[in-house]
Amino acid sequence: MSIFINKKTKVLTQGITGEQGAFHTRNSAAYNAEFGGARWVGGVTPGKGGDQFDAGPYKIPIFDSVRDAVEKTGADATMIFVPPPFAADAIMEAAEAGIKLIVCITEGIPAIDEVKVKAFMRSYPESRLVGPNCPGVITPEECKIGIMPGHIHKKGTIGIVSRSGTLTYEAVYQCGQRGLGQTSCIGIGGDPVPGTNFIDCLDAFNRDPETEAIIMVGEIGGTAEEEAAEFIKREVKKPVASFIAGQTAPPGKRMGHAGAIISGGKGTAKEKMEALRAAGISVAESPAALGEALVAAMQKKSVGVR
Amino acid sequence: MKIHEYQAKEVLKRFGVPVPRFGVAETPDEAYEIARQHGTPVVVVKAQVHAGGRGKGTVVGAPEKLGGVKVVKDVHQVRDIARAMLGNKLVTIQTGSDGVLIRKVLVEEGLDIARELYAAVTLDRARGLPVLMMSAEGGMDIEEVAHKHPEKILKEWIEPAFGLQGFQARRLGYKLGIDKGSVGKKFVPLIQGLVRAFLETDASMAEINPLVVLKNGDVLALDAKINFDENALFRQKAIAELRDPGEEDPTEIEAKKHDLSYITLDGNIGCLVNGAGLAMATMDIIQYAGGAPANFLDVGGGATRERVTAAFRIILRDPDVQAILVNIFGGIMKCDIIADGVVAAARELGLKVPLVVRLEGTNVEQGKKILRESGLNITEAKDMKDAAEKVVAAARGAVGAGVGA
Repeated sequence: MSIFINKKTKVLTQGITGEQGAFHTRNSAAYNAEFGGARWVGGVTPGKGGDQFDAGPYKIPIFDSVRDAVEKTGADATMIFVPPPFAADAIMEAAEAGIKLIVCITEGIPAIDEVKVKAFMRSYPESRLVGPNCPGVITPEECKIGIMPGHIHKKGTIGIVSRSGTLTYEAVYQCGQRGLGQTSCIGIGGDPVPGTNFIDCLDAFNRDPETEAIIMVGEIGGTAEEEAAEFIKREVKKPVASFIAGQTAPPGKRMGHAGAIISGGKGTAKEKMEALRAAGISVAESPAALGEALVAAMQKKSVGVR
Repeated sequence: MKIHEYQAKEVLKRFGVPVPRFGVAETPDEAYEIARQHGTPVVVVKAQVHAGGRGKGTVVGAPEKLGGVKVVKDVHQVRDIARAMLGNKLVTIQTGSDGVLIRKVLVEEGLDIARELYAAVTLDRARGLPVLMMSAEGGMDIEEVAHKHPEKILKEWIEPAFGLQGFQARRLGYKLGIDKGSVGKKFVPLIQGLVRAFLETDASMAEINPLVVLKNGDVLALDAKINFDENALFRQKAIAELRDPGEEDPTEIEAKKHDLSYITLDGNIGCLVNGAGLAMATMDIIQYAGGAPANFLDVGGGATRERVTAAFRIILRDPDVQAILVNIFGGIMKCDIIADGVVAAARELGLKVPLVVRLEGTNVEQGKKILRESGLNITEAKDMKDAAEKVVAAARGAVGAGVGA
């Protein structure tokens, strides 16, 4: 099992004719095809409808609108590479067309646009947005929707949720060193108003019978980790390990991600780590100790390390 | 992006928020002339720097003890106060011990103040909505109020499509004990103006502290601070022009030109990393290994050889840097391309400080081969922990050698 996507997912790319959109569509389609997994069914670029796109393993049609694409292909997921000024529009278009999983990779979307997207999406409760400003979602050996390097992943029992891209790869790598694969890895993104938050993913991993343990990678800024800690304490029986990036970050400075900022003395790594520890989560002090923290959490709850 | 107080007041004024009469001076004579034109018995001279805590700060080199905000009761003193501020540095709790140069002062009319309130609009990340926060404890350090008496902060959430409704603004006015005659006529327009300014200029924070009620019942923004969402500047041309590069770190400005995300820190180990999270984690692990990072630097996903060279150049602008750690988890970015960039940059810049490189991910073997065959003195690390320990040791060695020589 897995969360959000699997080998039956039918994927579109919005902004498929841009350099990034084209590259990552081919990269993801090739990964999925290698495992006989999910199929890329089309792309959307307004004005280029009717053209064909060479996705690598096969050719796919380009449509003018998401609605057209859904009607013709039955797509239920989309990967968005539309530039920041038009990204909010692309997300809303996907939701309105009935897409169930909307993965927005675009970085640099104005915060107020993200607020409007969130408000808009309340009318489409069947649709889930992951991101923006995220690496995407992968269910190893079934379906990759995003910019992560597919081959570092392996099918397994660990669920990973993270605000950071490369730090997720680090977590996957440390799992791999211990022979642990993943059910799904969700990059929720580094922006202040993410479509999907830690709790959404923790809840899904908690319900997923294949997921035996969870890694949650947080960072400074906001209170999402504190809220997640409360949720874990209340609901999650599975072992959870965590790392919070930014213990050495100065206050008032945006650390690369729009959402990674300590403001008004709030959102520090220290507060987050304390909240997580208080909820019984195994917290790694150092990013190199995430794998160890995971194994420790699994042993404590007697979950088999295979 | 931050702007000065006088600029924030000009922005608010455009949205109908009343502000005191003010002028901006770059010379003592200009300051005096503005004060004279106000014609009020009291004027206030305020240093225009981006840092907060001005009132409690200290102007370095002033003849008498002077903060960044001075109430002047004799208009003839304005020239002396302005002279003491302009061209000197102001040290506040937010500036560090070096302080920041005062290049402009705001000269404002004095007012008969009855009450001081607090108002700010910011993004409530947990709800995903802007929130207006108000308190009767104006002029105070709001973080302290929030910490000690969270119940004293009143909140109204704002639906971005509708803005702040009249009933929400009235509710705040009544709770804050504003004179009933003034709520509808004066208080509501000011508060709605503040919220409109926040929404329409893509602000990330808009604060009026204090918001004053005068003895005649008028309400005004006595101080103002607005920060803007960098991601929205593409559609806020007029706001983008308010940027004052003189207030920003020149190295950070240079980095931005190369699409690098860079922040100067106090330590001596330069860092070059891909991805914001990994870059923060790299700083953390350096500290965990007993060292101190000199910077945050994310080269981003699409780093080219040119960008890597630019990144090295920027790291080396900091004279404190004693060693450099390159930590790359290649995904889409291939390790061999990064290795090429590292070798080219090290050759081009004649790198003198020790360099520790940790590569992992796509094409890692080709990358390592390029580093090994370069003939350069590059220390390879097998993982993050190893990398941090090696670079901390290298920086210590370099410091020792420096002292010995």
